[in-house]
Amino acid sequence: MDVGLGHYLAVAGVLFTIGVFGIFVNRKNVIILLMSVELILLSVNINLVAFSAFLGDLAGQVFALFVLTVAAAEAAVGLAILVVYFRNRGDISVEGVNLMKG
Amino acid sequence: MLANLAFWAFSGVAIFSALMVVIARNPVRSVLFLILAFFSAAGLFVLLGAEFLAMLLIVVYVGAVAVLFLFVVMMLDVDFTELKQGFLSYLPLGGLVAIILAVELGMIGMTWQASDQAMALRDAAIPEGMTNIEALGLVIYDQYVYFFQAAGLVLLVAMIGAIVLTLRHKPGVRRQSVSAQVGRDRKDAVTMHDIKPGQGIGE
Repeated sequence: MDVGLGHYLAVAGVLFTIGVFGIFVNRKNVIILLMSVELILLSVNINLVAFSAFLGDLAGQVFALFVLTVAAAEAAVGLAILVVYFRNRGDISVEGVNLMKG
Repeated sequence: MLANLAFWAFSGVAIFSALMVVIARNPVRSVLFLILAFFSAAGLFVLLGAEFLAMLLIVVYVGAVAVLFLFVVMMLDVDFTELKQGFLSYLPLGGLVAIILAVELGMIGMTWQASDQAMALRDAAIPEGMTNIEALGLVIYDQYVYFFQAAGLVLLVAMIGAIVLTLRHKPGVRRQSVSAQVGRDRKDAVTMHDIKPGQGIGE
């Protein structure tokens, strides 16, 4: 059986599902949460590139490039917030995040 | 066929390592599995003919983002055993949501079909007889140049934000103040004392 567009979309779908699963399961660890978000963005990139390749349209790859940029920026800012949060509280659990409750 | 075999290998490794990212006990292992997942995804990109994005994935994700994660994981002094508590209590809800999501995505995949005009609606058709990076460069710097600039702006803002967030001025650190050095004159720097014999300088 030849590998087609559907196979790539299936892989991307499974990766997306694993990412969402990771967000639900890891409540104590913000680092794994951020990694799950990276996985979700990666699955979106696979989707974009697969469609780009099978449709013969470069716009998908350009968009994947921008998704990559935003993911890198998001990781940098997220980890910076994490470091500041750890400095103030001494742990990285998400359950106790109510610093901005007012 | 070799390409099919490569697809199954890369996708299998990607899915396995993605699962290990989520369920690994030790965050350092999670980061290493994340790197493996990115490598496998880069392999999938090469199979799809997007070589430039594959290399970019390795350079940006493995070289920068994953190392940043590794830095933070190792820098924060967290009790790793405590972090996994509650994993089992959240497992049913997470599993339920994941299964529902997978079923929904599968349903979309079953019913979806490409439009007849899809080929005519392409924004930037891949030109013949050109390498991927050349074609991508022609499109990025021409058709999408403003988006490219905006992406640069996003990175700039992220860089400034990360620096502003983590910059900390410690009290008691001596720094060079050039204006204070240059602004000194003879009055502040030198005092004249008339010393009586046998008394020394008072203060």
